[in-house]
Amino acid sequence: MLFFVARRLLYLVPVLIAVSVLTFVIASLLPGDLAYVILGDQATPENVAALRHDLGLDQPIWLRYLGWLWHILQGDFGRSFRTGQTVWQAVSERVPVSFELMILAELIGLAIGVPLAIACAAKAGSAFDRFMTGSAFGMLSVPTFLSAILLIYLFAVELRMLPATGYVPFTEDPVANLRFMVLPALTLGLAEWPGIMRVLRSDMIAALQEDYIALAKAKGLKPSRILFVHALKPSSLTLVTITGINIGRLIGGAVIVESIFALPGIGRLLVGAIYTRDLIILQGVVLLVAAGFVIMNFIVDLLYAVLDPRIRHGHA
Amino acid sequence: MATLELSLDETEATPVRRRRRLGVLFWCAIGWMVLVFAVAIFADLLPLPSPTDMDMLERRAPISAEHWLGTDGLGRDELSRLIYGARISLIVGLCAPMIGVTIGGALGMLAGYFRGRFESFVVGSMDVLLAFPPLILALAVTAYLGQSIFNLTCILGVLGIPAFMRVARAATLTLARREFVIAAQALGATHARILLRELLPNVLLPLIAFFLLGVAVTIVVEGSLSFLGLGVPPPISSWGSMIGEGRESLEVAPQLAFIPAIAMFLTVLSFNLIGDTMRALTDPRQGAL
Amino acid sequence: MNGALLSVEDAVVDLPTPRGNLRAVDHVDLAVGAGRTLGIVGESGCGKTMLSRAILQLLPRKAKLSGRVIFDGQDLTTLSAEKLRKLRGRSLAVVFQDPMTSLNPVLTIGTQLIETIQEHLELDLAQARQRSVELLTAVGIPAPEQRLTQYPHQLSGGMRQRVAIAVALSCEPKLLIADEPTTALDVTIQAQILDLLAREQQRRHMAMIIITHDLGVVAGRTDEVAVMYAGRVVERAPTPALFKQMRMPYTEALLAALPKLDVPPHTPLPAISGRPPDPTRPLKGCSFSPRCRYSAGRCSTEKPRLSPAETLEHLYACFHPIAAGSGA
Repeated sequence: MLFFVARRLLYLVPVLIAVSVLTFVIASLLPGDLAYVILGDQATPENVAALRHDLGLDQPIWLRYLGWLWHILQGDFGRSFRTGQTVWQAVSERVPVSFELMILAELIGLAIGVPLAIACAAKAGSAFDRFMTGSAFGMLSVPTFLSAILLIYLFAVELRMLPATGYVPFTEDPVANLRFMVLPALTLGLAEWPGIMRVLRSDMIAALQEDYIALAKAKGLKPSRILFVHALKPSSLTLVTITGINIGRLIGGAVIVESIFALPGIGRLLVGAIYTRDLIILQGVVLLVAAGFVIMNFIVDLLYAVLDPRIRHGHA
Repeated sequence: MATLELSLDETEATPVRRRRRLGVLFWCAIGWMVLVFAVAIFADLLPLPSPTDMDMLERRAPISAEHWLGTDGLGRDELSRLIYGARISLIVGLCAPMIGVTIGGALGMLAGYFRGRFESFVVGSMDVLLAFPPLILALAVTAYLGQSIFNLTCILGVLGIPAFMRVARAATLTLARREFVIAAQALGATHARILLRELLPNVLLPLIAFFLLGVAVTIVVEGSLSFLGLGVPPPISSWGSMIGEGRESLEVAPQLAFIPAIAMFLTVLSFNLIGDTMRALTDPRQGAL
Repeated sequence: MNGALLSVEDAVVDLPTPRGNLRAVDHVDLAVGAGRTLGIVGESGCGKTMLSRAILQLLPRKAKLSGRVIFDGQDLTTLSAEKLRKLRGRSLAVVFQDPMTSLNPVLTIGTQLIETIQEHLELDLAQARQRSVELLTAVGIPAPEQRLTQYPHQLSGGMRQRVAIAVALSCEPKLLIADEPTTALDVTIQAQILDLLAREQQRRHMAMIIITHDLGVVAGRTDEVAVMYAGRVVERAPTPALFKQMRMPYTEALLAALPKLDVPPHTPLPAISGRPPDPTRPLKGCSFSPRCRYSAGRCSTEKPRLSPAETLEHLYACFHPIAAGSGA
């Protein structure tokens, strides 16, 4: 187990370095120059040259990268030249919103997907199973922004039950916060459940054909115990894996959903930075999101190891 | 004894009936594909009003003989925009996975065939690419490079490389150990010959199935970017941007969002259905029977 | 056959497959008396595992079973699911072939033992734990207390099979079905496990069915042997009578295929030539006739019935039985 953690940690470092390089390279793809973007209309050759010197843009790219990395390692991700806010400030203000959204969405996805998967696996091949598998397949073809629009149309425009846009911090008014969160989280959750259900269902169907299920039946255990303990527990590892795989899509979905529902999260910060061409914020957010994603995947791997007795005892 | 009965249990899991049931849907999907491709290819020959001509007097017009699907918020013909939008969605949706399947497929086959350091390098670089949530990377790169159909296609293509690489590598790894490859090696065939003549035809089938699923994903991502106004630049219409524009008038003219939404859903569903059916057909686990 | 603990009457198991109907068990009659042991012997695919699953009512969902399975006076084929559940694990227990797959990998040994005990016996957790420790000791597992908190993968194959036996014995069943209990194990362990089963069977006075492909396993450890081929019982006799005088050519071929200790090393084993018939394409005549060296005349056109030979206990289905006095 310790060896496993050490190996994964060792792998984390080069990946994080490569992520920082790639982020930096992407930012350098900018046609023209950052100085022109900042100066906009006031760009005169003298101004530009002076600013280029101030920003260190006249140095070779690898020196610029090392300088940038040096600042980042000290916790300095740069400062927006539009709002004057530091990247770190902007991100830390918005992270809780995105986290709340993603956690609620994953919970909704699990709440729909897991019971359906169990019900379908228990009655594999039945009309119910076929209908639900078909629906899940259909749902997989519905992009997030489509279900967002559908939900807004239904609940905000037609029924006028829930607000379409807006946000109140949870600490200020939990009820209002949740009211604002319902539709965004539901939108993302609707995209999550089909994947969860499909994978868990096929996993449980496979588990239900295992010898140990036959033995559990031969032992005279109750059907509920066979289903929930003997078949679901091995599959719970699969749930962790799916959740891990989902994180990347969840982050992407959060960007869209936050933009549509005007939630002040990381995704909206990112899209806003693109609209206003706030390139320092953009670079910092991309780096932080990618780093966070890598670390979250690392945690999922560890969680997997902790849950699976076979890996826990070094039989991997 | 155990072997015989285990294989029976497996056949039970995927009854033959299911494939026949998918059959009807499969042909519906093919039909829709043919329709979408046909109107997209022959859009210029169809008697359609221009998708960019605005008519400020006829904004958000309802369905009529003149405008079969009405007009949008700027008085542009909705049907025409839908058809020209299909062009964009299909061009990006087909070209980007093409990039992915070519580069990713080649890398995967080379990595799976030659193994060693090259394989570690390829897998490692893909891990770096996968370290970014795809949509974030696409957004960032378009933001820096500027919005254009070409840029968008390239970025979405590059994003698809890791997935295609994995499929090709996995298929190659299992195939490279098979007798026919070892026999070819024993006969003194060159690496190029083995890769192109022995391995490629076998890797191609799973890659094509995956390609179709890739098209579906790409159409969704392109739609998402265009929906946010960060995909294809206006005034070009894409389904995503049409839905994005329709969102503004959801209260007065919901059809402006829902018509392209339905078109997009059906197209994505069709690609998914065809891809999934093909994947099931090429699945080695079923071929083992 | 009346008065037997278990009697299988005219059991037929049909499995639908993509290639057509597969008759896995074909009109089988069997009986086991209380405290007796029966060996069922046959090659892979002869239907012996399907027969055991039919007795346990654990056939795949698509399989169709006809005939009767009378256990302890009740017909299991008509019993409600709930009554069947109360019977399984309590008075009807099973040990499967592969202890690597028959124990749940993510539940501890203790959980898998205790859940069975608590399901059927009115014991609290401490008592069930105590009983589990006793059972593990009885099946020869050292340090049983610690084993309770371990997972199956932490035990060797032989140890796992001992655990599986402990699970089967946990509620003092009247009948234990051991389905190829040693096939997946090391040769060195096989005898230990078989002796353990025999010892516990004696001690607990339970009836036992040993299913195996190995005639050597049933010799000396069973009261009666039934030989199966292509879903049918082709020879059935008390064990001593069978080994003294086997009548069915197939049984003889099975015995000849066993490795013997008294022949020099590297002597080729006389394998049975050919393969069992395709169970989805039943033959008109005797199923063994294509591979049988005695096959002649009506063997390929007519099915021989299972009928008694010189004694009423010795039954076989063959038109050209090996003559008394010859054979192995």
